[in-house]
Amino acid sequence: MGGIGAPEKLIVKGKRLDGRAFDELRPIQIKAGVVKNADGSAIIVQGETKIIAAVYGPREVFPKHFQEADRAHLNCVYDMAAFSTPERARPGPSRRSVEISKVIRDALAPAVFLEKYPKTAIDVYIEVTNANAGTRVAAICAASVALADAGIEMRDLVTAVASGKADGQLLLDLFELEDNYGEADMPLAIMPQTGEITLLQMDGEVSQDEAAKLIEMSMQACQKIYELQKKALREKYLAEGAATGEASE
Amino acid sequence: MKVIRNYLAELLKMQKREDGREPFQCREVSIETGVIARSPGSARVKIGDTEVLVGVKLDVGEPFPDTPNEGVLIINAELIPLASPDFETGPPKPEAIELARVTDRGIREGHAIDVEKLCIKKGEKVWMVNIDVYPMNDDGNLIDASALGAIAALKTAVFPKYDESADKVEYKEFTKTKLPVKALPIMTTFGKLAGSLFLDPTHREEKAFDSRLSISTLDDGTVCAMQKGGFGTFTKDEVLQIMGLAIQKSKELRKLLK
Repeated sequence: MGGIGAPEKLIVKGKRLDGRAFDELRPIQIKAGVVKNADGSAIIVQGETKIIAAVYGPREVFPKHFQEADRAHLNCVYDMAAFSTPERARPGPSRRSVEISKVIRDALAPAVFLEKYPKTAIDVYIEVTNANAGTRVAAICAASVALADAGIEMRDLVTAVASGKADGQLLLDLFELEDNYGEADMPLAIMPQTGEITLLQMDGEVSQDEAAKLIEMSMQACQKIYELQKKALREKYLAEGAATGEASE
Repeated sequence: MKVIRNYLAELLKMQKREDGREPFQCREVSIETGVIARSPGSARVKIGDTEVLVGVKLDVGEPFPDTPNEGVLIINAELIPLASPDFETGPPKPEAIELARVTDRGIREGHAIDVEKLCIKKGEKVWMVNIDVYPMNDDGNLIDASALGAIAALKTAVFPKYDESADKVEYKEFTKTKLPVKALPIMTTFGKLAGSLFLDPTHREEKAFDSRLSISTLDDGTVCAMQKGGFGTFTKDEVLQIMGLAIQKSKELRKLLK
């Protein structure tokens, strides 16, 4: 730990600075169908992190040479709004956002039956409107709900969370201070039904045993987030059903 | 492509590879250092037919405001079209950015350099360490080649002469002072194809595989960086198996740096 603005300790009297237990998620809310123009969309609020994802497609591929004969071209764009960070973020892609867009695509692709939509594009646009750590994992949760909301056939939703280490403690769902001044950060995404890992990154220093514990802790937390994702989809269809007079579970 | 994929999958099921290797056997690795006379620290790494050139350049600049007493580390990778028919000219593609950032993560998070020792004057002047990676031939696993090249170049790098009163770096004059390298993180990359795991994918294996997992580790078994790529998945048990293998395999590669 160190640097300017670093708190003296990240764990005080067995609690985290935001009052959470070590294996406690921040409060999470997910809602589907929030962008009218999109074929599917979702918003996730996880603590202070707030992200909107919108899916367009399957639709014509642009530019044309991205077209793939035997499957859909999955395109993911992760973007941070200029006002989402403490200091203004310069609009447009950065090296960080290009890499995150790529790993999000690699995380979502295993869940999507891309082969069912040859020669089309499925575009996933992600906008971080307020960032307080864990944006790539929250983005994955929102994006997979948006894909399902767009009616795109999927093997499962993709659920993600980051865990890490700060003050020597293994912690679930890091918030900004823990992320900036902690020892390690490990974003992970799974398809909850099979537990297959679709995204795994890590930076920091942990032992092999600690890495195994972090994976286990994140995978368990993903099951909880998974329920919220399914609830968001269910609520949207119930509301739609009510509007057309066909409400039924 | 499907034919190659099925062929490679069949071979792996029998614990075999196209080039005669066992699944967890690395291709022959060679490291040469001091290969660029203009660079105060450089390396050429070959892993089979994959070859990368890595050069360090040092400069003096301002530190980041939140880390006023730390030097700055910048890693870049240029996927030049010379090295593969798959590379194109133009602004860096996501693959090049990922390669640079994953290489960076291993070096940075493994605390390969003692960045505080790169401070010249707190808040004003620090050494900026630029590491540039250029593949000369891509036959797969550029991640491991870049990471190995970066640490090999750093380990042998020296400071250029710096005239503090004139605030001028004499780029052509090298001192005998080595960079403060304090750890040797080593990256190993594993592929997964139709359920089989293997180390050090070739270009043909990369085209066919479902996913890859790169893990950077230190000598004491500390894991300092991970990156999964590709449209496939890994089970938890596979990740744990790869982590154990990464620690073991990196020890062999680390010996080549000594």
